[in-house]
Parts: sequence; structure tokens; C-alpha cells
Amino acid sequence: MSESGFFIVLIAMVGGAIRVSTPFMFVALGETLTEKSGRINLGLEGNLVLGAMVAYAGSYQTGSPWLGVLFAGLSGLVLGAMHGWICKLPKVNDIAVGIAFMSFGTGLAFFFGKPYIQPTAPRLEAIPLGGWSSNPSIAQALQVNPLFFVGIALAVFMWWALANTRWGLIVRMTGDSAASARAMGVSIDLVRLMATAAGGFLAGVGGAFLSLYYPGSWNEGLSSGQGLMAVALVIFARWDPIRCVWAALLFGAAGAIGPALQSIGISQGYYFFNAAPYILTLFIMIASARSKSAARDVPGELSLAK
Amino acid sequence: MTAVVSATPATARGLDPKAIASIEAVLIPVGALVASAILFSFFLLALGKSPATFFNLVWVGGFGSAFSIQNTLQRAAPLILTGLAFAIPARIGLTLLGAEGALVLGGFAAAAIAIPMVGGGWPPAVGLPIMAVTAMAAGGLWVGIAGWLRHYRGVNETISSLLLGYIAIAIMNFFVEGALRDPASANKPSTMPIGDAWRIGPIPGTSVHWGLAAGIVLAVALHILMSRTTFGFAARMTGGNVRAARAQGLPVGALVVVCCAIAGACSGLAGFYEVAAIHGQANASLIAGYGFTGILVAFLARQNPLAIVPVAILFGALDAAGGLVQRRMAMPDATVLVLQGIIFVVLLVSETFYGRIPFLQPKQTGDRT
Repeated sequence: MSESGFFIVLIAMVGGAIRVSTPFMFVALGETLTEKSGRINLGLEGNLVLGAMVAYAGSYQTGSPWLGVLFAGLSGLVLGAMHGWICKLPKVNDIAVGIAFMSFGTGLAFFFGKPYIQPTAPRLEAIPLGGWSSNPSIAQALQVNPLFFVGIALAVFMWWALANTRWGLIVRMTGDSAASARAMGVSIDLVRLMATAAGGFLAGVGGAFLSLYYPGSWNEGLSSGQGLMAVALVIFARWDPIRCVWAALLFGAAGAIGPALQSIGISQGYYFFNAAPYILTLFIMIASARSKSAARDVPGELSLAK
Repeated sequence: MTAVVSATPATARGLDPKAIASIEAVLIPVGALVASAILFSFFLLALGKSPATFFNLVWVGGFGSAFSIQNTLQRAAPLILTGLAFAIPARIGLTLLGAEGALVLGGFAAAAIAIPMVGGGWPPAVGLPIMAVTAMAAGGLWVGIAGWLRHYRGVNETISSLLLGYIAIAIMNFFVEGALRDPASANKPSTMPIGDAWRIGPIPGTSVHWGLAAGIVLAVALHILMSRTTFGFAARMTGGNVRAARAQGLPVGALVVVCCAIAGACSGLAGFYEVAAIHGQANASLIAGYGFTGILVAFLARQNPLAIVPVAILFGALDAAGGLVQRRMAMPDATVLVLQGIIFVVLLVSETFYGRIPFLQPKQTGDRT
């Protein structure tokens, strides 16, 4: 009994890790791109919440969840572009602007999201990869959303593009040394604006996953700091897109502990296990803050690094 | 000294740089508020609502009657305290978002320690100060952790303080749903109520609780601490240049941790008043966003403890008028959030104008020899 209980928890955690990790992955990849260009966007939580609302509303109005995903990305793009534009003004602190956009994005989402709390919008379909198994909990765990694979493909592409393309070089150079980028005739503000806008787009898509797949509805308590944890996750992943995927899976598994234990009837300490991702993030930050490898990999222009 | 300064082209129109700085510190935030109001009016017009009606309702709901003024002040009280909680660490160069969590944890700690005292028949006059001190200690410890991690472990304080906030809420939920749950609270899990005898009454002649007085007293005290004492000077110097402060032999680590602990204690005290004066028990009502609005209050007050009081009253009014706007204009309660978000963004854009307002700039006299 206890062995099968352990097995069920393990399977539920693997499935949970895949489900819960996707928004982390998108926000973290977006933030990686932004931070690689030398700027921090702490406001991706706002993009995530607004993206979730816009995706749900878009899917409800058009009947196509994928159009909802696109709209969510575009809403994130707009927020990201505004962030990028404001940060290029002199004397403006990018961390403070991030906090402002966190509250602005959330406010807009709550304002326009009121009519969409009740209705049911078409959701994203999952790919049933567990069809081969007769075990229902395995089949359930392997219901994987296509956005998960999109995120992984994107991580691989970003990893390749940052290392091997002209654009990747420009982004990295802007992030590591504004002076050398300027000497090469690169417009730093433009590069950072584009990197922040693209990062905002990805965070918006991450939000779409929340409302259109898991948990799969729109309400005001939908995101509880995932956007913020993803920013911490980028530091842990040392600005490497591939490591972002692994870190997102780890966070997803931590977030799945509570529900997984509940599924076999252990509800004692449910609220404690719900806090597991925050505690994990905090410990990871403590462990990685002064590590030599993080100090080596941090983009030189980042205000975190100074 | 003055002669040396005026030899460089600093004052052309009889304004010394300090006066220019104070004019800017008032003019730019007020300008940002006006610009936000205009932007928000366009937002309302785009939705087919009348901006005139909106601002009139905010006035009526916030300051229009004795009742609404008291309602405003009631809501301003926690905002003063959470505003201070952001402003004090900001003076030492830290961006802390821990006020929300420290408020919740402080309120919860106060409610939790009250349970045995109420049960043991202690007099409220002894018990209430113990509750207040417990709340401040809990909040101070919590935010102090973020400061300690920042200084001794190099952990980014903005993210760690927010994470600690989520953990604080989880701690409250854990106990409120479990060991400390009042069996009578079915829909909204809460701690045992402290009872009417333990409630803090209003300031005589008003319906406003004593948290407002505490906030104002703390604002004045912290203003004196930050601008008139050695501690405040050392803290501001550390905020200006950490390396210089270290080179002077200032105890930077202790200063950072103490500033964070003061901030947490302010938030914890706000939580105490929310429990002892308003809710009578700790539950999810403590998570009301006061911690986050406090950040905006502190930014608009330019981290000046004295300026935080009027700014907190302004946002208290906006909060108090929220219900009226919601009913009369058929707009969601998040309307206030949108306006706050616009003010926040515009305010940060306005930072760029410091030292760049043309008519306030000293003329280059060009009498260089």
C-alpha cells in the first residue's frame, strides 16, 4: 500500500512538474533574454497575470485558444515595450519600474477580467502521450500540453541563437559591456527595448498557459508569484536557456508536492507544502548568490551584478 | 564656504540648489499626479465613462462628509506604516517589498499571542501592549531576515522579501486552517476572536482607530531618526555610497539589518491595529494589499517620512471612495488598482525630470577666467 502510494505520488509529481513548469519556463526564458541584454524586468508577474486574462478573454471571444495565446503574447509585448522604453530614460531605476508594471499589469487584468470569471472558454488540448499505458495515473500524468514542447524548443533555439548568431552576439555584447556595444555602433536602447519586449511576449504566453490549460480558468488568484519566482530562477539557471528548463521542472515538481500528497489523502500540512516553491526559491537564491560560477556568468551591465 | 560655492555658476536667479531641490521634490510628484489623472481620464473616456463623475465621486467618497473623512483616515493608518516600511530601507539603498508579508505575520502573531491571554483572563491594558510588541517583533524579524541575507549572503533583497511575504501568508494559512482555527469560522478560517473587551476603541470624538496616531507619531520619530541623528546620517551615507561608508568604518551590516527590522516592525504594527482595532481576529482579510500600496505611497512621498502622512491620506481616500465608484459608475473594484498602476508608472517616468526642468536650472554665467 505504502509502495503504491509512493508510486502514485512520484507519478503525480512528474506529471505535476511537466504541468506546473511551463509558465515558469516561458517567464524564465523571457527574463533570460531581457537580462542577457543588461536589463532586469521585475514586472513579468504583471505580464503573466495580464496574459492569463487576455488569453482567456481571447479564447472566449474568438473560440480559438491559440488565438488567445497570441493575444496574451501581444499584451505582454506591449507591457514589455513600455518597460523597455521607460527604462531608457535617464535616472530611471529598472527595478522600480518593474514593481510599477507588476501592479499596473495586475490592475489592468483585474479590471478587464471581471466579466470573464464566470464563463467557460475553450481550453488548449493536451497531447495524450500516456495512451500506451493502462495505468490511469500514468496516462493522466503524461497528458502534455503542446506549449511545454514549444517552450523546450524555444530554449534550445535561444541557447543556439545566443551563442551562434549575429543577433545573439549583439544581445550578449549589450548586456556585458555597453561601452563596447556603443563602440561597435549598436544602439543599446534599441537592443534592450527589443529584448524586453520579446521577454514580455514570452511571459504573456506563460500566462496563457495558466488560464487556458492548468489550472485552466481565469480568476484573480490565478498567479501567486510565479512570475517573480521565475526571475529568481534565472539567477539560479545562470542566464542559460537550457538550464532554465531544468530549473523550471524542479520548481514545477516542488509546486506539485502539495497536490500530489493530497491525491493519496495526505492533506496534513497542505499549506506548508504549498509554500514549498517559495522556500525552495529562497534557499536556491541563498546558495547561488555568492557562488563563483554565478559571478562568472552574470551579464556585466546588470544592476544585480553591480 | 558660501563664497566658494557661489563662485561656480550655481545661482543665477537667487535660488540656491537646496531650494531648487525642494521645489522639484514637490513640483515633479504633483505634476506626475496631474498627468496620471489626465491619462486615467482618457482611459475612462475610452470606456464611455465620465472622468468628471469619477473624480467628483472620489472627492465625495474620500473627503465629502465627516463619515467619509474618517473612513479615509482609517484606511490611511496602515498605509502610513507600510509607506514607512518601504521608505526607511530605501534611504539605505534597499528596495524591500516585504511590507505585505510582515503586516500579515504581525497581525497573525498578535492574534495568536492574544489567545492564551484572553483565555487566562488577563486585563487588556496589559495584553494589548504585549500583542503590539509581538507583532512588531514578528514583522521586524521577518524583514530583518531579508536585510541579513542581503548583507551577509548577497541575496537580492527585493525578490527575497517578496518570497518571505508569500511564506508568511502560508504560515498564517497553515495555523488558521489547523491548530489555531476558530471552529465557528466556517467559510473564512480565522483565529479565535479576541473579543470586544480587547478591541482598541476609536480616538475619542472620532471613529478612527489609534493606528492613525501611531502612524503619525512614528513618521515624525523616524523623520527625526533619519535626518537628525548619527544613525540616520550613517544610514543615508550607506545608501549613497556603500564603499565610502565602509571606508569610514561604518557598521554597514548592522545598519542594513536595523533599517530592515524597523521597516518590518512598522508593518507588523499595522497588522496589530488591523487585528486589534478592525477585524478582531487574524484571517485572510489581512491580505488587503496595504503593503503594496505602501510602496507607491513611499515613492510619491520621495521616501520622506513626513510627506508619507499626507500621501497616505490621499491613497486612503482613493481606497475609501472605491466602493462608491463601484456602485455609482458600475465599474469593477479594480478601477482603483488601474489608477494606482498608472500613477506608479507615470511617477517613475517623472524621475527623469529631476535636474532637467529648464526654468529651474541655474544659468551658465560663463564668467570663467
